[in-house]
Amino acid sequence: MKNRAVPIFVVPFGVLFIAFYLVPIGYAVVQSLYKVERSGTFGPVREVFGGLDQYQRVFQDGPFWASLGRVAAFGVVQVPVMLGIALILALLLDSGLVKGRRFFRLAFFVPYAIPGVIAAIMWGFLYSPNLSPLKPVTSAIDFLSADLVLWSIANVVTWVYVGYNMLIIYSALLAVPTEVYEAARMDGAGQFRIAWSIKIPLVLPAIVLTTVFSIIGTLQLLAEPQVFRSFSSAVTSTYTPNLTVYSTSSIPNFNLAAAFSVVLALTTFVLSFAFLKATQRRSAEQ
Amino acid sequence: MKSRVGVMAVMGLCTIYFLAPIWWLFVGATKNNDQFTGTAPMWFADFHLVDNIRELVTYRDGVFLRWMLNSIAYTGGAALLGTVLAAMCGYALAKYRFRGRELLFNIVLSGVLVPATALALPLFLIFSKAGAANTFWAVFLPSLVNPFGVYLARIYAAASVPEELLEAARIDGSGEVRTFFTVSTRLMFPALVTIFLFHFVAVWNNFLLPLIMLSDERLFPVTLGLYTWNTQVNQVPELRGLVIVGALLSITPLVVAFLLLQRFWRNGLGAGAVK
Repeated sequence: MKNRAVPIFVVPFGVLFIAFYLVPIGYAVVQSLYKVERSGTFGPVREVFGGLDQYQRVFQDGPFWASLGRVAAFGVVQVPVMLGIALILALLLDSGLVKGRRFFRLAFFVPYAIPGVIAAIMWGFLYSPNLSPLKPVTSAIDFLSADLVLWSIANVVTWVYVGYNMLIIYSALLAVPTEVYEAARMDGAGQFRIAWSIKIPLVLPAIVLTTVFSIIGTLQLLAEPQVFRSFSSAVTSTYTPNLTVYSTSSIPNFNLAAAFSVVLALTTFVLSFAFLKATQRRSAEQ
Repeated sequence: MKSRVGVMAVMGLCTIYFLAPIWWLFVGATKNNDQFTGTAPMWFADFHLVDNIRELVTYRDGVFLRWMLNSIAYTGGAALLGTVLAAMCGYALAKYRFRGRELLFNIVLSGVLVPATALALPLFLIFSKAGAANTFWAVFLPSLVNPFGVYLARIYAAASVPEELLEAARIDGSGEVRTFFTVSTRLMFPALVTIFLFHFVAVWNNFLLPLIMLSDERLFPVTLGLYTWNTQVNQVPELRGLVIVGALLSITPLVVAFLLLQRFWRNGLGAGAVK
Protein backbone atom coordinates (compact mmCIF):
# COMPACT_ATOMS: atom_id res chain seq x y z
CA MET A 1 0.00 0.00 0.00
CA LYS A 2 2.53 2.55 1.14
CA ASN A 3 4.81 1.41 -1.69
CA ARG A 4 2.44 3.02 -4.16
CA ALA A 5 4.31 6.27 -3.50
CA VAL A 6 7.68 4.85 -4.54
CA PRO A 7 7.38 5.74 -8.26
CA ILE A 8 6.59 9.35 -7.36
CA PHE A 9 9.86 9.53 -5.41
CA VAL A 10 12.03 7.57 -7.79
CA VAL A 11 10.80 8.35 -11.31
CA PRO A 12 11.77 12.06 -11.57
CA PHE A 13 15.40 11.36 -10.70
CA GLY A 14 15.33 8.07 -12.60
CA VAL A 15 14.19 9.64 -15.86
CA LEU A 16 16.88 12.32 -15.72
CA PHE A 17 19.52 9.78 -14.70
CA ILE A 18 18.65 7.61 -17.70
CA ALA A 19 18.43 10.55 -20.11
CA PHE A 20 21.61 12.38 -19.04
CA TYR A 21 23.78 9.59 -17.61
CA LEU A 22 22.97 6.18 -19.05
CA VAL A 23 21.94 7.26 -22.56
CA PRO A 24 25.10 9.41 -23.07
CA ILE A 25 27.30 6.54 -21.89
CA GLY A 26 25.56 4.20 -24.32
CA TYR A 27 25.73 6.78 -27.08
CA ALA A 28 29.45 7.31 -26.52
CA VAL A 29 30.04 3.57 -26.82
CA VAL A 30 27.98 3.40 -30.04
CA GLN A 31 29.72 6.44 -31.54
CA SER A 32 33.11 4.98 -30.72
CA LEU A 33 32.28 1.94 -32.87
CA TYR A 34 31.73 4.04 -36.00
CA LYS A 35 34.13 5.76 -38.32
CA VAL A 36 33.83 8.36 -41.01
CA GLU A 37 34.59 7.19 -44.50
CA ARG A 38 35.01 9.15 -47.67
CA SER A 39 34.47 7.52 -51.02
CA GLY A 40 37.30 8.87 -53.15
CA THR A 41 39.23 12.05 -52.31
CA PHE A 42 36.32 14.44 -52.89
CA GLY A 43 33.44 12.03 -52.50
CA PRO A 44 30.63 12.33 -49.97
CA VAL A 45 31.37 11.59 -46.31
CA ARG A 46 29.43 8.88 -44.54
CA GLU A 47 29.54 7.12 -41.20
CA VAL A 48 30.14 3.39 -41.34
CA PHE A 49 30.48 0.73 -38.68
CA GLY A 50 34.14 0.39 -37.84
CA GLY A 51 34.13 -2.16 -35.05
CA LEU A 52 37.05 -1.57 -32.73
CA ASP A 53 39.00 0.56 -35.24
CA GLN A 54 38.77 3.66 -33.04
CA TYR A 55 40.01 1.72 -30.02
CA GLN A 56 42.94 0.50 -32.03
CA ARG A 57 43.75 4.13 -32.76
CA VAL A 58 43.36 4.99 -29.08
CA PHE A 59 45.82 2.30 -28.09
CA GLN A 60 48.31 3.47 -30.71
CA ASP A 61 47.91 7.13 -29.79
CA GLY A 62 51.21 8.12 -28.17
CA PRO A 63 50.13 11.55 -26.86
CA PHE A 64 47.05 10.07 -25.16
CA TRP A 65 49.09 7.51 -23.22
CA ALA A 66 51.66 10.17 -22.44
CA SER A 67 48.86 12.29 -20.99
CA LEU A 68 47.62 9.35 -18.90
CA GLY A 69 51.18 8.83 -17.66
CA ARG A 70 51.38 12.53 -16.82
CA VAL A 71 48.22 12.53 -14.69
CA ALA A 72 49.36 9.26 -13.09
CA ALA A 73 52.65 10.91 -12.02
CA PHE A 74 50.65 13.92 -10.89
CA GLY A 75 48.31 11.72 -8.83
CA VAL A 76 51.07 9.64 -7.24
CA VAL A 77 52.72 12.79 -5.91
CA GLN A 78 49.95 15.33 -5.48
CA VAL A 79 47.24 13.16 -3.89
CA PRO A 80 49.38 11.88 -0.98
CA VAL A 81 50.90 15.33 -0.41
CA MET A 82 47.50 17.01 -0.41
CA LEU A 83 45.84 14.40 1.80
CA GLY A 84 48.88 14.27 4.08
CA ILE A 85 48.69 18.02 4.69
CA ALA A 86 44.91 17.76 5.13
CA LEU A 87 45.32 14.97 7.69
CA ILE A 88 48.03 16.78 9.64
CA LEU A 89 46.00 19.99 9.75
CA ALA A 90 42.88 18.09 10.84
CA LEU A 91 44.84 16.34 13.61
CA LEU A 92 46.39 19.63 14.75
CA LEU A 93 42.98 21.30 14.87
CA ASP A 94 41.70 18.36 16.90
CA SER A 95 44.72 18.22 19.24
CA GLY A 96 43.63 21.00 21.60
CA LEU A 97 46.93 22.81 20.97
CA VAL A 98 45.40 25.35 18.62
CA LYS A 99 43.81 28.60 19.73
CA GLY A 100 41.25 30.09 17.35
CA ARG A 101 40.26 26.79 15.73
CA ARG A 102 37.19 28.33 14.10
CA PHE A 103 39.26 30.96 12.33
CA PHE A 104 41.82 28.50 10.97
CA ARG A 105 39.17 26.05 9.85
CA LEU A 106 37.50 28.79 7.84
CA ALA A 107 40.77 30.24 6.50
CA PHE A 108 41.91 26.87 5.14
CA PHE A 109 38.49 26.13 3.63
CA VAL A 110 38.03 29.41 1.74
CA PRO A 111 39.99 28.37 -1.40
CA TYR A 112 37.47 25.56 -1.98
CA ALA A 113 34.90 28.25 -2.82
CA ILE A 114 37.04 29.31 -5.78
CA PRO A 115 36.34 27.46 -9.04
CA GLY A 116 39.30 25.72 -10.68
CA VAL A 117 39.28 28.11 -13.63
CA ILE A 118 39.49 31.20 -11.43
CA ALA A 119 42.10 29.64 -9.12
CA ALA A 120 44.21 28.75 -12.15
CA ILE A 121 43.94 32.29 -13.55
CA MET A 122 45.02 33.74 -10.17
CA TRP A 123 47.98 31.41 -9.78
CA GLY A 124 48.92 31.90 -13.43
CA PHE A 125 49.45 35.58 -12.66
CA LEU A 126 51.23 34.75 -9.38
CA TYR A 127 53.69 32.49 -11.24
CA SER A 128 54.36 34.95 -14.04
CA PRO A 129 57.84 36.48 -13.79
CA ASN A 130 56.70 40.13 -14.15
CA LEU A 131 53.54 40.40 -12.08
CA SER A 132 54.22 38.07 -9.19
CA PRO A 133 54.50 39.37 -5.63
CA LEU A 134 57.29 36.80 -5.29
CA LYS A 135 59.34 38.39 -8.07
CA PRO A 136 62.75 37.36 -6.65
CA VAL A 137 61.56 33.75 -6.66
CA THR A 138 59.71 33.74 -9.98
CA SER A 139 62.54 35.46 -11.81
CA ALA A 140 65.00 32.83 -10.53
CA ILE A 141 62.74 29.81 -11.05
CA ASP A 142 60.46 29.53 -14.07
CA PHE A 143 57.34 27.88 -12.66
CA LEU A 144 55.78 27.84 -16.12
CA SER A 145 58.61 25.94 -17.80
CA ALA A 146 58.11 22.51 -19.32
CA ASP A 147 59.85 20.84 -16.37
CA LEU A 148 57.91 22.55 -13.62
CA VAL A 149 54.50 23.49 -14.95
CA LEU A 150 52.89 20.15 -14.01
CA TRP A 151 53.90 20.75 -10.38
CA SER A 152 52.79 24.35 -10.56
CA ILE A 153 49.37 23.04 -11.56
CA ALA A 154 49.60 20.51 -8.72
CA ASN A 155 50.09 23.41 -6.34
CA VAL A 156 46.91 25.09 -7.64
CA VAL A 157 44.89 21.91 -7.12
CA THR A 158 46.42 21.40 -3.66
CA TRP A 159 45.67 24.99 -2.71
CA VAL A 160 41.99 24.58 -3.64
CA TYR A 161 41.35 21.16 -2.12
CA VAL A 162 43.42 20.83 1.07
CA GLY A 163 40.83 22.65 3.17
CA TYR A 164 37.97 20.59 1.79
CA ASN A 165 39.71 17.30 2.51
CA MET A 166 40.82 18.58 5.90
CA LEU A 167 37.20 19.34 6.76
CA ILE A 168 36.03 15.83 5.82
CA ILE A 169 38.72 14.26 8.03
CA TYR A 170 38.18 16.78 10.82
CA SER A 171 34.42 16.10 10.82
CA ALA A 172 35.14 12.40 11.19
CA LEU A 173 37.48 13.17 14.13
CA LEU A 174 34.77 15.25 15.81
CA ALA A 175 32.36 12.32 15.52
CA VAL A 176 34.64 10.16 17.68
CA PRO A 177 33.51 10.24 21.33
CA THR A 178 36.22 11.79 23.56
CA GLU A 179 36.05 8.92 26.08
CA VAL A 180 37.98 6.88 23.55
CA TYR A 181 40.99 9.15 24.03
CA GLU A 182 40.55 9.58 27.78
CA ALA A 183 41.49 5.98 28.49
CA ALA A 184 44.63 6.25 26.36
CA ARG A 185 45.57 9.52 28.04
CA MET A 186 45.16 7.90 31.48
CA ASP A 187 47.56 5.21 30.33
CA GLY A 188 50.07 7.98 29.63
CA ALA A 189 49.89 8.05 25.84
CA GLY A 190 51.07 11.36 24.33
CA GLN A 191 49.32 13.42 21.63
CA PHE A 192 51.42 11.92 18.89
CA ARG A 193 50.81 8.37 20.02
CA ILE A 194 47.04 8.98 20.35
CA ALA A 195 46.93 10.48 16.87
CA TRP A 196 48.87 7.61 15.32
CA SER A 197 47.33 4.63 17.10
CA ILE A 198 43.77 5.78 17.75
CA LYS A 199 42.68 8.75 15.67
CA ILE A 200 44.08 7.82 12.27
CA PRO A 201 42.67 4.26 12.28
CA LEU A 202 39.28 5.66 13.33
CA VAL A 203 39.09 8.17 10.48
CA LEU A 204 40.38 5.76 7.85
CA PRO A 205 36.96 5.59 6.10
CA ALA A 206 37.08 9.37 5.65
CA ILE A 207 40.61 9.13 4.25
CA VAL A 208 39.48 6.42 1.82
CA LEU A 209 36.59 8.61 0.67
CA THR A 210 38.85 11.61 0.06
CA THR A 211 41.35 9.39 -1.79
CA VAL A 212 38.69 8.05 -4.16
CA PHE A 213 37.46 11.56 -4.94
CA SER A 214 41.04 12.69 -5.48
CA ILE A 215 41.79 9.82 -7.88
CA ILE A 216 38.67 10.64 -9.91
CA GLY A 217 39.52 14.35 -9.85
CA THR A 218 43.11 13.78 -10.99
CA LEU A 219 42.13 11.68 -14.00
CA GLN A 220 39.60 14.35 -14.98
CA LEU A 221 42.04 17.29 -14.82
CA LEU A 222 40.91 19.83 -17.37
CA ALA A 223 40.12 23.37 -16.23
CA GLU A 224 43.49 24.15 -14.63
CA PRO A 225 45.72 22.91 -17.49
CA GLN A 226 43.36 24.44 -20.06
CA VAL A 227 43.77 27.84 -18.36
CA PHE A 228 47.54 27.35 -18.08
CA ARG A 229 47.76 27.03 -21.85
CA SER A 230 47.48 30.84 -21.92
CA PHE A 231 50.39 31.18 -19.50
CA SER A 232 52.75 28.47 -20.68
CA SER A 233 53.42 27.01 -24.10
CA ALA A 234 54.58 23.81 -22.37
CA VAL A 235 50.94 22.85 -21.76
CA THR A 236 49.91 21.26 -25.05
CA SER A 237 46.44 20.53 -26.39
CA THR A 238 46.87 16.89 -25.30
CA TYR A 239 48.39 17.62 -21.89
CA THR A 240 45.78 15.63 -19.93
CA PRO A 241 43.37 12.90 -21.12
CA ASN A 242 40.40 15.25 -20.94
CA LEU A 243 42.24 17.89 -22.95
CA THR A 244 42.81 15.18 -25.57
CA VAL A 245 39.08 14.46 -25.62
CA TYR A 246 38.32 18.15 -26.03
CA SER A 247 40.88 18.85 -28.72
CA THR A 248 39.94 15.68 -30.65
CA SER A 249 36.30 16.69 -30.60
CA SER A 250 37.18 20.17 -31.85
CA ILE A 251 38.95 18.77 -34.94
CA PRO A 252 36.15 17.46 -35.18
CA ASN A 253 36.63 13.72 -34.88
CA PHE A 254 33.73 12.73 -32.65
CA ASN A 255 34.15 8.99 -33.08
CA LEU A 256 37.73 8.99 -31.89
CA ALA A 257 36.91 11.48 -29.12
CA ALA A 258 34.09 9.19 -27.98
CA ALA A 259 36.53 6.28 -27.84
CA PHE A 260 38.92 8.39 -25.73
CA SER A 261 36.02 9.27 -23.42
CA VAL A 262 35.02 5.64 -23.01
CA VAL A 263 38.57 4.51 -22.25
CA LEU A 264 39.04 7.34 -19.76
CA ALA A 265 35.73 6.69 -18.00
CA LEU A 266 36.50 2.97 -17.77
CA THR A 267 39.99 3.65 -16.42
CA THR A 268 38.57 6.01 -13.80
CA PHE A 269 35.81 3.61 -12.83
CA VAL A 270 38.10 0.60 -12.56
CA LEU A 271 40.78 2.46 -10.57
CA SER A 272 38.42 3.99 -8.03
CA PHE A 273 36.41 0.80 -7.72
CA ALA A 274 39.56 -1.29 -7.24
CA PHE A 275 40.81 1.13 -4.60
CA LEU A 276 37.49 0.96 -2.73
CA LYS A 277 37.43 -2.84 -2.85
CA ALA A 278 41.07 -3.15 -1.78
CA THR A 279 40.58 -0.91 1.25
CA GLN A 280 37.33 -2.64 2.18
CA ARG A 281 39.02 -6.01 2.15
CA ARG A 282 41.84 -4.73 4.32
CA SER A 283 39.51 -3.24 6.89
CA ALA A 284 37.48 -6.48 6.91
CA GLU A 285 40.65 -8.46 7.67
CA GLN A 286 41.55 -6.28 10.63
CA MET B 1 54.29 24.81 25.83
CA LYS B 2 56.96 24.50 23.17
CA SER B 3 54.74 22.28 21.05
CA ARG B 4 51.93 24.86 21.22
CA VAL B 5 54.22 27.55 19.77
CA GLY B 6 55.31 25.19 17.01
CA VAL B 7 51.73 24.26 16.16
CA MET B 8 50.63 27.88 16.04
CA ALA B 9 53.55 28.68 13.74
CA VAL B 10 52.42 25.93 11.34
CA MET B 11 48.86 27.27 11.48
CA GLY B 12 50.10 30.79 10.75
CA LEU B 13 52.18 29.71 7.75
CA CYS B 14 49.26 27.76 6.32
CA THR B 15 46.96 30.75 6.78
CA ILE B 16 49.37 32.85 4.73
CA TYR B 17 49.53 30.19 2.01
CA PHE B 18 45.76 29.89 1.74
CA LEU B 19 44.79 33.54 2.07
CA ALA B 20 47.66 35.49 0.45
CA PRO B 21 46.55 34.74 -3.15
CA ILE B 22 43.05 36.02 -2.34
CA TRP B 23 44.50 39.13 -0.70
CA TRP B 24 46.65 39.67 -3.80
CA LEU B 25 43.54 39.41 -6.00
CA PHE B 26 41.69 41.94 -3.86
CA VAL B 27 44.59 44.41 -3.88
CA GLY B 28 45.09 43.89 -7.62
CA ALA B 29 41.43 44.61 -8.30
CA THR B 30 41.78 48.07 -6.73
CA LYS B 31 44.54 49.19 -9.09
CA ASN B 32 44.55 50.63 -12.57
CA ASN B 33 46.63 48.99 -15.30
CA ASP B 34 49.81 51.03 -14.70
CA GLN B 35 49.75 50.49 -10.96
CA PHE B 36 49.09 46.79 -11.38
CA THR B 37 52.54 46.32 -12.89
CA GLY B 38 54.30 49.32 -11.34
CA THR B 39 53.44 49.18 -7.61
CA ALA B 40 53.96 46.70 -4.80
CA PRO B 41 51.65 43.76 -5.57
CA MET B 42 50.59 43.07 -1.99
CA TRP B 43 49.65 46.62 -1.01
CA PHE B 44 47.22 49.28 -2.22
CA ALA B 45 48.09 52.17 -4.51
CA ASP B 46 45.24 54.60 -5.36
CA PHE B 47 41.94 52.89 -4.69
CA HIS B 48 40.32 52.34 -8.10
CA LEU B 49 38.03 49.45 -7.20
CA VAL B 50 34.78 51.31 -7.92
CA ASP B 51 36.05 52.63 -11.27
CA ASN B 52 37.28 49.16 -12.18
CA ILE B 53 33.94 47.59 -11.35
CA ARG B 54 32.13 50.25 -13.38
CA GLU B 55 34.38 49.53 -16.34
CA LEU B 56 33.84 45.79 -15.95
CA VAL B 57 30.04 45.89 -15.83
CA THR B 58 29.75 48.31 -18.76
CA TYR B 59 32.30 46.54 -20.98
CA ARG B 60 30.64 45.22 -24.15
CA ASP B 61 27.09 46.07 -23.01
CA GLY B 62 27.47 44.50 -19.60
CA VAL B 63 28.23 40.97 -20.77
CA PHE B 64 29.92 40.23 -17.43
CA LEU B 65 26.70 40.78 -15.46
CA ARG B 66 24.94 38.48 -17.86
CA TRP B 67 27.55 35.78 -17.17
CA MET B 68 27.05 36.21 -13.44
CA LEU B 69 23.28 35.83 -13.81
CA ASN B 70 23.80 32.79 -16.05
CA SER B 71 26.03 31.18 -13.43
CA ILE B 72 23.43 31.78 -10.73
CA ALA B 73 20.72 30.29 -12.93
CA TYR B 74 22.75 27.24 -14.00
CA THR B 75 24.26 26.53 -10.63
CA GLY B 76 21.64 27.72 -8.16
CA GLY B 77 18.73 26.38 -10.19
CA ALA B 78 20.29 23.01 -10.93
CA ALA B 79 21.51 22.53 -7.36
CA LEU B 80 18.15 23.46 -5.83
CA LEU B 81 16.03 21.27 -8.09
CA GLY B 82 18.67 18.54 -8.20
CA THR B 83 18.79 18.36 -4.41
CA VAL B 84 15.02 17.86 -4.19
CA LEU B 85 15.15 15.09 -6.82
CA ALA B 86 18.12 13.36 -5.17
CA ALA B 87 16.52 13.66 -1.74
CA MET B 88 13.28 12.04 -2.96
CA CYS B 89 15.10 9.15 -4.60
CA GLY B 90 17.47 8.58 -1.69
CA TYR B 91 14.58 8.77 0.76
CA ALA B 92 12.65 6.10 -1.14
CA LEU B 93 15.74 3.88 -1.18
CA ALA B 94 16.10 4.23 2.59
CA LYS B 95 12.48 4.04 3.71
CA TYR B 96 10.65 1.66 1.37
CA ARG B 97 11.25 -1.95 0.44
CA PHE B 98 10.42 -2.47 -3.21
CA ARG B 99 11.51 -4.69 -6.05
CA GLY B 100 14.68 -3.56 -7.80
CA ARG B 101 15.73 -1.41 -4.86
CA GLU B 102 19.23 -2.86 -4.56
CA LEU B 103 19.70 -2.81 -8.33
CA LEU B 104 18.66 0.84 -8.51
CA PHE B 105 20.98 1.75 -5.66
CA ASN B 106 23.92 -0.06 -7.24
CA ILE B 107 23.38 1.60 -10.61
CA VAL B 108 23.20 5.02 -8.97
CA LEU B 109 26.30 4.25 -6.91
CA SER B 110 28.21 3.30 -10.06
CA GLY B 111 27.10 6.65 -11.42
CA VAL B 112 29.12 8.30 -8.63
CA LEU B 113 32.27 6.75 -10.03
CA VAL B 114 31.54 7.79 -13.62
CA PRO B 115 33.16 11.20 -13.99
CA ALA B 116 30.86 13.95 -15.23
CA THR B 117 33.46 15.02 -17.78
CA ALA B 118 33.13 11.67 -19.59
CA LEU B 119 29.51 12.58 -20.28
CA ALA B 120 30.16 16.01 -21.74
CA LEU B 121 31.07 14.91 -25.26
CA PRO B 122 28.23 12.40 -25.80
CA LEU B 123 25.78 14.91 -24.30
CA PHE B 124 26.98 17.45 -26.84
CA LEU B 125 26.48 14.98 -29.68
CA ILE B 126 22.96 14.13 -28.48
CA PHE B 127 21.95 17.76 -27.99
CA SER B 128 23.39 18.65 -31.41
CA LYS B 129 21.28 15.95 -33.03
CA ALA B 130 18.24 17.47 -31.34
CA GLY B 131 19.33 20.91 -32.52
CA ALA B 132 19.60 22.13 -28.92
CA ALA B 133 23.35 22.17 -28.32
CA ASN B 134 23.89 25.88 -27.96
CA THR B 135 21.06 26.57 -25.49
CA PHE B 136 20.53 27.19 -21.79
CA TRP B 137 18.87 23.78 -21.35
CA ALA B 138 21.83 21.91 -22.82
CA VAL B 139 23.88 22.90 -19.77
CA PHE B 140 21.06 23.12 -17.23
CA LEU B 141 19.28 19.77 -17.70
CA PRO B 142 22.35 17.47 -17.45
CA SER B 143 23.45 19.44 -14.37
CA LEU B 144 20.33 18.34 -12.48
CA VAL B 145 21.56 14.76 -12.06
CA ASN B 146 23.56 14.13 -8.90
CA PRO B 147 24.02 10.43 -8.02
CA PHE B 148 26.26 11.26 -5.05
CA GLY B 149 23.36 13.29 -3.65
CA VAL B 150 21.12 10.21 -3.82
CA TYR B 151 23.77 8.21 -1.98
CA LEU B 152 24.07 10.84 0.76
CA ALA B 153 20.28 11.31 0.98
CA ARG B 154 19.86 7.59 1.55
CA ILE B 155 22.35 7.61 4.43
CA TYR B 156 20.84 10.73 5.99
CA ALA B 157 17.24 9.54 5.61
CA ALA B 158 18.07 6.21 7.23
CA ALA B 159 19.81 8.02 10.11
CA SER B 160 17.47 10.92 10.77
CA VAL B 161 13.91 9.87 9.92
CA PRO B 162 12.53 7.38 12.48
CA GLU B 163 10.14 4.64 11.26
CA GLU B 164 7.78 5.30 14.18
CA LEU B 165 7.24 8.85 13.03
CA LEU B 166 6.28 7.70 9.54
CA GLU B 167 3.92 5.11 11.02
CA ALA B 168 2.33 7.80 13.18
CA ALA B 169 1.86 10.02 10.12
CA ARG B 170 0.26 7.11 8.25
CA ILE B 171 -2.17 6.47 11.11
CA ASP B 172 -3.06 10.16 11.01
CA GLY B 173 -3.96 9.66 7.36
CA SER B 174 -1.16 11.72 5.86
CA GLY B 175 -0.14 10.61 2.35
CA GLU B 176 3.42 9.38 1.78
CA VAL B 177 4.41 12.29 -0.43
CA ARG B 178 2.92 14.84 1.93
CA THR B 179 4.71 13.26 4.89
CA PHE B 180 7.97 13.50 2.97
CA PHE B 181 7.60 17.20 2.23
CA THR B 182 6.16 18.29 5.58
CA VAL B 183 7.89 15.99 8.09
CA SER B 184 10.87 14.15 6.61
CA THR B 185 12.50 17.03 4.76
CA ARG B 186 12.45 19.00 7.98
CA LEU B 187 14.34 16.25 9.79
CA MET B 188 16.74 15.91 6.89
CA PHE B 189 17.23 19.66 6.45
CA PRO B 190 20.90 19.99 7.57
CA ALA B 191 21.73 17.04 5.33
CA LEU B 192 19.86 18.58 2.42
CA VAL B 193 21.90 21.75 2.75
CA THR B 194 25.06 19.62 2.55
CA ILE B 195 23.80 17.88 -0.60
CA PHE B 196 22.90 21.26 -2.05
CA LEU B 197 26.39 22.63 -1.36
CA PHE B 198 28.10 19.59 -2.87
CA HIS B 199 25.91 19.81 -5.93
CA PHE B 200 26.41 23.55 -6.21
CA VAL B 201 30.19 23.23 -6.24
CA ALA B 202 30.11 20.33 -8.71
CA VAL B 203 28.03 22.29 -11.23
CA TRP B 204 29.98 25.50 -10.63
CA ASN B 205 33.22 23.65 -11.31
CA ASN B 206 32.01 21.67 -14.33
CA PHE B 207 33.95 23.47 -17.00
CA LEU B 208 34.01 20.93 -19.84
CA LEU B 209 30.24 20.79 -20.35
CA PRO B 210 29.69 24.51 -21.06
CA LEU B 211 33.02 24.64 -22.92
CA ILE B 212 31.92 21.94 -25.35
CA MET B 213 28.23 22.84 -25.43
CA LEU B 214 28.09 26.61 -25.79
CA SER B 215 29.28 28.85 -28.59
CA ASP B 216 27.07 31.89 -27.92
CA GLU B 217 28.92 33.95 -25.33
CA ARG B 218 25.66 35.38 -23.96
CA LEU B 219 24.91 31.90 -22.58
CA PHE B 220 28.31 31.47 -20.87
CA PRO B 221 28.64 30.95 -17.14
CA VAL B 222 31.06 33.40 -15.57
CA THR B 223 33.91 30.86 -15.37
CA LEU B 224 33.81 30.24 -19.12
CA GLY B 225 33.49 33.96 -19.81
CA LEU B 226 36.52 34.89 -17.73
CA TYR B 227 38.42 31.98 -19.26
CA THR B 228 37.82 33.29 -22.79
CA TRP B 229 38.91 36.79 -21.76
CA ASN B 230 42.03 35.35 -20.19
CA THR B 231 42.95 33.57 -23.43
CA GLN B 232 42.77 36.96 -25.21
CA VAL B 233 44.94 38.89 -22.73
CA ASN B 234 48.01 38.67 -24.95
CA GLN B 235 46.19 40.31 -27.87
CA VAL B 236 44.01 42.70 -25.84
CA PRO B 237 46.10 43.78 -22.81
CA GLU B 238 43.35 45.90 -21.19
CA LEU B 239 41.40 42.68 -20.61
CA ARG B 240 43.89 41.72 -17.90
CA GLY B 241 42.48 44.28 -15.49
CA LEU B 242 38.94 43.14 -16.27
CA VAL B 243 39.88 39.51 -15.65
CA ILE B 244 41.30 40.40 -12.22
CA VAL B 245 38.27 42.45 -11.14
CA GLY B 246 35.91 39.89 -12.67
CA ALA B 247 37.62 37.05 -10.81
CA LEU B 248 37.23 38.96 -7.53
CA LEU B 249 33.55 39.72 -8.15
CA SER B 250 32.79 36.17 -9.26
CA ILE B 251 34.19 34.55 -6.12
CA THR B 252 32.82 37.03 -3.58
CA PRO B 253 29.22 35.70 -3.37
CA LEU B 254 30.45 32.13 -3.16
CA VAL B 255 33.01 32.80 -0.44
CA VAL B 256 30.41 34.64 1.63
CA ALA B 257 27.85 31.85 1.16
CA PHE B 258 30.44 29.26 2.15
CA LEU B 259 31.38 31.04 5.33
CA LEU B 260 27.73 31.44 6.32
CA LEU B 261 26.81 27.81 5.58
CA GLN B 262 29.99 26.37 6.96
CA ARG B 263 28.47 24.46 9.87
CA PHE B 264 26.36 22.44 7.42
CA TRP B 265 29.49 21.25 5.68
CA ARG B 266 30.92 19.99 8.92
CA ASN B 267 27.82 18.19 10.15
CA GLY B 268 26.88 16.69 6.82
CA LEU B 269 30.38 15.62 5.83
CA GLY B 270 30.85 13.95 9.18
CA ALA B 271 27.77 11.81 8.71
CA GLY B 272 28.70 10.95 5.12
CA ALA B 273 32.26 9.95 5.87
CA VAL B 274 31.75 7.87 8.97
CA LYS B 275 29.23 5.51 7.43
